[in-house]
Amino acid sequence: MSSIRVRAQLKDGVTQVRTLISHPMETGQRTGSDGKKIPAHYITKVQARVGDRHVLTAHWGPGISRNPYLSFEFEGASAGDLLSLSWVDNLGESDSTQVEIA
Amino acid sequence: MNSKRRVLLKGTLAAGTVGVAVGAGVLTPRNVLAEAREAFQEGSMDEILKSALGSDHHEAGHVRVEAPNIAENGAVVPVSVESDLDGVTEIAILAAANSTPLTSRYELGEGTRPKISTRIKMGETSDVVAVVKNGDGLYSGRKEVKVTVGGCGG
Amino acid sequence: MNLTRREFLQVLAAAGAAGFTLPGTRPARAARIPTDPYEVPPGGNISLLHFTDCHGQLLPLYFREPHVNLGVGGMRGRPPHLVGEHLLRHYGIDHPSLHAHAYTHLDYTRLAETYGRVGGFAHLATLVKRMREQRPGALLLDGGDTWGGGSATGLWTRGQDMVDAQLRLGVDVMTGHWEYTFGADRVQEVVENDYAGRIDFVAQNVTDADWGDRIFRPYVIREVNGVQVAVIGQSFPYTPIANPRHLIPQWSFGIRDGEMQETVRKARHEGAEVVVLLSHNGMDVDIELARRVDGIDAILGGHTHDAVPAPLPVKTPSGGTCLVTNGGSNGKFLGVLDLDFRDGAIRGYQYRLLPVFSELIDPDREMAAYIREMRQQQVTFEGETFPMEERLGEELAVSEDLLYRRGNFNGTFDQLICDALMEQVDAEIAFSPGFRWGTTVLPGMPITFEHVMDHTALTYPAVTRNEMSGRRIHQILEDVADNLFNKDPFYQQGGDMVRVGGLRYSIDPTREMGERITDLELNGKPLEPQRNYVVAGWASVQERPAGDTGRRIWDVVADYLRDHRNVAIRHLNQPRLKGVAGNPGLGEA
Repeated sequence: MSSIRVRAQLKDGVTQVRTLISHPMETGQRTGSDGKKIPAHYITKVQARVGDRHVLTAHWGPGISRNPYLSFEFEGASAGDLLSLSWVDNLGESDSTQVEIA
Repeated sequence: MNSKRRVLLKGTLAAGTVGVAVGAGVLTPRNVLAEAREAFQEGSMDEILKSALGSDHHEAGHVRVEAPNIAENGAVVPVSVESDLDGVTEIAILAAANSTPLTSRYELGEGTRPKISTRIKMGETSDVVAVVKNGDGLYSGRKEVKVTVGGCGG
Repeated sequence: MNLTRREFLQVLAAAGAAGFTLPGTRPARAARIPTDPYEVPPGGNISLLHFTDCHGQLLPLYFREPHVNLGVGGMRGRPPHLVGEHLLRHYGIDHPSLHAHAYTHLDYTRLAETYGRVGGFAHLATLVKRMREQRPGALLLDGGDTWGGGSATGLWTRGQDMVDAQLRLGVDVMTGHWEYTFGADRVQEVVENDYAGRIDFVAQNVTDADWGDRIFRPYVIREVNGVQVAVIGQSFPYTPIANPRHLIPQWSFGIRDGEMQETVRKARHEGAEVVVLLSHNGMDVDIELARRVDGIDAILGGHTHDAVPAPLPVKTPSGGTCLVTNGGSNGKFLGVLDLDFRDGAIRGYQYRLLPVFSELIDPDREMAAYIREMRQQQVTFEGETFPMEERLGEELAVSEDLLYRRGNFNGTFDQLICDALMEQVDAEIAFSPGFRWGTTVLPGMPITFEHVMDHTALTYPAVTRNEMSGRRIHQILEDVADNLFNKDPFYQQGGDMVRVGGLRYSIDPTREMGERITDLELNGKPLEPQRNYVVAGWASVQERPAGDTGRRIWDVVADYLRDHRNVAIRHLNQPRLKGVAGNPGLGEA
């Protein structure tokens, strides 16, 4: 399964997007059960696009909660357009997905 | 039904392949690391705002911050920010008492509304501050969120 | 209904009272009528019957109202922060009288012996039937805290005892709080099966923690005598903080006043002509909510257990009026709100918070039989099978003093629990939660295992023993005090101040967080911030409580009582109060 779950719904010309990403969002400050610091591991950037159009870029620090949630709204899309979402984290890992606007 | 299935399959394919976005040149690791350092560091609110939004001068108003009065879980505090201003290009969300106050910063494309919700971590009771930027400058709103030991209710 | 009129007259004679004034009426108009206190002719065409916070109490009991219920800031001296004579004066109620005894702690033991027990579902059922006969179409609303805490049979049957009693009583709509401590799955199971088509469980402020979707219907619209009445539900907003979050890990709560306004609009748009909120916010939060949200005609409130004789009319943002009530606890009261709705608007109202005096009302036979049979069942709880009635009836000790809990600070039963904790797990200091439930035991009465469960039964009973620094202890007291005395009611969490054993302190409720608690001392010596102290406690909200002793609170208290046989509370450990002299929320114990 994708690490990204998205719901994108068009209502009165506005696309409402809600997304949940599976990610530990470790701050690097926590100590594990072995007594060692758990290394920092968090998403630094999330991008939302419709085709070539830039909708939103989120810059995140470790202060965003585990399994992050993000919602936003934008105008000008049509039902059936594809919204793409991607993230990358501080270790260079990444994921992306596409969803059809309903 | 079919189109849903198609989207799901695409998602599934993208999923296993860590590094798709990097590989496609959308995000390069170098950018990523530079940005990770950006303003997500220890410092006063003013210092952080200067490095995040280019200025620490902000006027209170036009920004509504919604968050619970008392956090159910300091590790997951839902925050919604909304502004009635036109032409908002950036939004920053800060937890005033966190050692690294900046939680997140958003760049809005054209047609994207100044309305963002996310969930943040808070170590102790403090204001959640949202600052938005448009052509005229910076505007802010805040809301106090209490982080408590809990228990004893009822 | 047949009142036992002979007994009733005997009671009045014994009390030396010629009659009583009806609460909620002005003293000038108040008639002294030595007649049936349950003779209440309907005052409108829409009637809402309301009980709340019965805490699983199916049988008649004693319940002493608090002598300390302090209001600070804008809440000072305003209902519900009136106790004793202040309350009686405010509502024009004579003392001594039946109603004065119902609403206050004054002369508690003597009047309890005179007027007898209160509540009981069989007696409540008779009263509900009588009100319904006079008020066709009346809705019966249950404000929650019905399955517990503080009910042994509730705990042992996972609330099934109360679910079946609610169905027999004819509850129409309910919301919840302690219900959630039985876990999300259990709540869903009852709502989808037992309640289906019978009781509407409503809550506008409970959502899925991931996506924010509502878990329950936010409101229901019922037709009452041709008028569309919406009942919106509001569960206790701080359930995942005050109670263990791990029992409802996927559910999120909160006050959500923005969504409340939206919900009212939606209900009105759907055709609701009258909108009432069935709330478990607590009265201060309800009053503040009424000030912020338009379109709610009345809030029938609970949680804070305030027995408030008359509604408080609150001005809404657009200048309308919202009636805010709070309906007491433990099955002691039935609220009766009649609304006179004509030509598209409410023209008048009548409200009575009727005390359920068990001696004055014949028990409903069906309900009485159900309760008797239910209690005679065998149950299996945590791997042990036993007959409930027998277990509950064990007489553990005799109390020399009046034992009660309710009030901002330690009650005598709390003191007993703290004493038991310190002795049984060998601790210097004990903490016991500021719950508002727990029945009263009169002097000379045997303390039964059921009484112990009335004060301790819940789904997270672990007794803990931990070392804590003086600084940490101070922080905990400050934190809990702020949940009780924050000047903004939306930052209050409900519940009274944590009860303490061993420790002494002063509190100034009027100060700010971090400045209220001073003069901490143990055994006459100041508490040292750096030193560690051994602290016993129970009802930790953590999934795996630190310092779990493996013992359950009811066992610790029962063992203590069996050891002592006679209990006297020699020293009630109430804090020294500062800044509240003359506060009408403060009375003499």
